[in-house]
Amino acid sequence: MSKPLFGLLLGGLLGIFDGLSALLSAPEVKPEIVGIVIGSTIKGVITGVLVGLIARKLRSLPLGILFGLLIGLVLAYIVAALGDGKGHHYYWEIMLPGSLLGAIVGYATQRYGRAGNQTARA
Amino acid sequence: MSGISDGALEHLRAALSATPEAGVRYELVREIGRGGMGVVYLARDRELEREVALKVLAASLSTKEAGERLRREARIAAGLEHPGIVPVHDVGVLPDGRPFYVMKHVTGARLDEIARSPMPLRAKLDVFLRVCEATGYAHARGVLHRDLKPENVRVGGFGEVLVLDFGVAKLMEAAERAGTVVGTPGFMAPEQARGESDLDARADIHALGAILRELSSGGGQSAPRALAAIARKAMAQSREERYASAESLASDVRAYLADDPVSALPENFARRMARIAYRHRVALALVGGYLLLRLVVLFAAKT
Repeated sequence: MSKPLFGLLLGGLLGIFDGLSALLSAPEVKPEIVGIVIGSTIKGVITGVLVGLIARKLRSLPLGILFGLLIGLVLAYIVAALGDGKGHHYYWEIMLPGSLLGAIVGYATQRYGRAGNQTARA
Repeated sequence: MSGISDGALEHLRAALSATPEAGVRYELVREIGRGGMGVVYLARDRELEREVALKVLAASLSTKEAGERLRREARIAAGLEHPGIVPVHDVGVLPDGRPFYVMKHVTGARLDEIARSPMPLRAKLDVFLRVCEATGYAHARGVLHRDLKPENVRVGGFGEVLVLDFGVAKLMEAAERAGTVVGTPGFMAPEQARGESDLDARADIHALGAILRELSSGGGQSAPRALAAIARKAMAQSREERYASAESLASDVRAYLADDPVSALPENFARRMARIAYRHRVALALVGGYLLLRLVVLFAAKT
């Protein structure tokens, strides 16, 4: 499995989990949970693909984690800035876990997945 | 261990400085090493105009039989074509009957210097693995080294690792038959120190264990438990308890490097969990950090 594809799957999976966790931290968002999970999943997928593409070119665990953290932070900021439609913005609640999820995907794509210049052998 | 007297040294200089007509094509430059087997000189090959290392065997080995043996063993050494083994270029016998052989002049850091250096342990172990590969290759060809020690390993400027002195490994038999124990205390196996004649690959395994111990505890650092256990197993008093081959020793070191279990250190459940946690420490820290953040956010939301 290539690193971008691995990042996509892992980012999406963690995004689903991250979105669902909103039920614990903010039960009042239960009516909008489907939209939250979809948004979180898309955020995770984008983070995973970007970090996976970087991992394909750059072989460095610390830098992979750092880029994952930054990409997760930026995307989480965008999501947080959109707000919940009622004027509430959950910056810390979304940005802190979101950046750490990016770091996790950054770590995983550095450790696992096939780099682009590797070829399968029979 | 025997040295060469001043008189013999002068005789050697005279012999080596003799004209090519005398059959010596090497010009002595300076002494670069001395050990139980003889003296090593930096020499200049007049024919090919290049620097070489020339080893003159100790006087105790300077018999007609030794000369014949040298030629025979040089053929074996010439068969050791491995990037980790210093090639032997030439052999011969000086006019006074002392055998010598010529090998590639290797520059670079000695392994004992590497051991004391601040080089990361993993890099030192990579060097060790390559020494194991070269030794294992020689064993597969039926050649024992018998004097493996850090001073006989060089790490060149391009990162190449070279084991010296394979060419005369079996010549030591002659010295041992003459009642002289050849080897280096601290590195030679107990059976070798006792002068036993039926040495096998496990004598070199003992020396490799001593080298590993020096590498992993050099520079003032304390050896990790697993590495210390590997070195202990390699250096077991009874050769039956040692690793059977250089490859199996190297496999355990590779397992250590991969944070896998090593055969020399049986582990209980708690130690196994600790090793796995250490192996995945970064992932655990990230996931733990994420869960902690989630808990903090949850706590903040409740209050």
